[in-house]
Amino acid sequence: MKNRKGKTGFIAACVLPAVILFIIFMLIPTINVFKMSLYKWGGFSNTKTFVGLNNFKILFQDAKFYRSFQNSILLIVLVTIVTMGLSLLFAAILSREKIKGQNFFRIVFYIPNILSVVVISAIFSAIYDPNQGLMNSIISIFREEGKTPILWLGDQKLVIYSLMIAMVWQAIGYYMVMYMASMSSVPESLYESAGLEGAGRVYQFFHITLPLIWNNIRTTLTFFIISTINLSFLFVKALTGGKPDGASEVFLSYMYGQAYTNSSYGYGMAIGVIVFLFSFGLAGLINLATKREVLEF
Amino acid sequence: MGKTKIKNRLYKAFIYLLLVILAVIILVPVGWVFLASIKENSEFYGNPWMLPKGVYIQNFIDAFQEAKMGDYLLNSVLVTGMALLLLLIIALPAAYVLARYKFKGSKLCNIMFMGGLFINVNYIVVPIFLMFVNGDKWLKNLIGRGFFLNNMFVVALVYAATALPFTIYLLSGFFATIPKDYEEAAFVDGCGYWKTMLRVMMPMARPSIITVILFNFLSFWNEYIIAMTLLTGEEQTLPVGLMRLMQAQQAAANYGRLYAGLVIVMLPVLILYICVQKKLTEGMSLGGLKG
Repeated sequence: MKNRKGKTGFIAACVLPAVILFIIFMLIPTINVFKMSLYKWGGFSNTKTFVGLNNFKILFQDAKFYRSFQNSILLIVLVTIVTMGLSLLFAAILSREKIKGQNFFRIVFYIPNILSVVVISAIFSAIYDPNQGLMNSIISIFREEGKTPILWLGDQKLVIYSLMIAMVWQAIGYYMVMYMASMSSVPESLYESAGLEGAGRVYQFFHITLPLIWNNIRTTLTFFIISTINLSFLFVKALTGGKPDGASEVFLSYMYGQAYTNSSYGYGMAIGVIVFLFSFGLAGLINLATKREVLEF
Repeated sequence: MGKTKIKNRLYKAFIYLLLVILAVIILVPVGWVFLASIKENSEFYGNPWMLPKGVYIQNFIDAFQEAKMGDYLLNSVLVTGMALLLLLIIALPAAYVLARYKFKGSKLCNIMFMGGLFINVNYIVVPIFLMFVNGDKWLKNLIGRGFFLNNMFVVALVYAATALPFTIYLLSGFFATIPKDYEEAAFVDGCGYWKTMLRVMMPMARPSIITVILFNFLSFWNEYIIAMTLLTGEEQTLPVGLMRLMQAQQAAANYGRLYAGLVIVMLPVLILYICVQKKLTEGMSLGGLKG
């Protein structure tokens, strides 16, 4: 009896602090996002009025929201395709070929992933600097003298692609290391027998490597969408601030701007709800669409 | 015969070319920042590829003193340290108990923390901020001063809380793999629950604990949205300080200071990474995915 009492106390002392902290700082704020989206809330003035789904109605007529929506989708699609393609390619090279200095390359490619998004943004804003940046100084070699410099972050059409390059730069190493881990578990004998039958490297990549790590790719795809939505927010906040004229605004930066800067908390949270539902819907959809029979080895 | 050999050679050369290109694309911007941090301000006008004429240390002195990067560095060390300590003290026992004991509500707890993996801080930072605004208002009426906003400890607490799901997920995954025999042997030897956990189980978990510390150190050190939102005053952490420096530089055209600031933020992380890179990339396959 005494023992049992001690056990309950032990369990409670171990689990309760974590549970309480989780409830206060994660569960309640999450519930509040949904709750607040139903209110018109002018921030500090504390005038909360229940408006039901009105915030969402306004949202669907908000041109700026559509713009951030477009940008987000564009980034999700482009960053995913480019990063996935490149990181798969480099993972295959580093795990399939005998490369001198393999470790060196692996270490170097992972560096961007450990840097703060603010640091990367500062680096890229220097690279994109119209007058003294690396980009324009490289391009000026191929361009005629006296042309106006390219405004990488100041051009409405270019800015989103400039963001994309920074995001790909940041993410390649991370996904490469992950794919390398799953590629290393593919048995060597499969490649050997394929090689004996005369299959080339490219054929081997598409017919052995890809199908066998398909499950891993599926997981990363779902994960990719969610992390692109979050990372694009961090990059926009640090690199462009949505400039020029909202041309680089994405989902969450628009949400943050509406809630925090504009003090329309309810409206901001309605955006959050939509983004939340959208990202999980998309992840689920992709999960369904990429379903294949899992190949065993 | 000779033809395939040439083909193979060309293929190898092509692969090396690809690898070198990517390495250059990653290393040049980082190295460029280091070089720029020791340039004098006048050297920034003209060709950006020019090597620095000498080592201009004044940039770092300015960054530390005038741009207050020294203060921010101290704050970052403080917040990251406190958050890591809080996280370990809270997450380790919870992960252990959730992995090894069945009790009323243990299933609910597990589901809750698993669900927490999907909650991203970016979504909930505004409600957290408002919670603190209200808390401070209430306290100001009560005792005349606020507590929650502009408080390093509170930021550390929020960091620790939001890192709980991932940390518990990773640690309890490890604890679940340890055979029951260890605990039984410890009980037979007369150890209580606490002693068994602290003396027997925790030391065995050391590799996963190191992984947890590494990943969370990086995310706490690099975090800036929470810090930016909850620290509204002058006191800041390094990344937010760097952002302010970036904005100030754009106005004042003072580049050297900015690059020195960048180096101050980057260097600790780079040194740590070079020391532990193997552990870090190994830990990735241990913990699976992390955002």
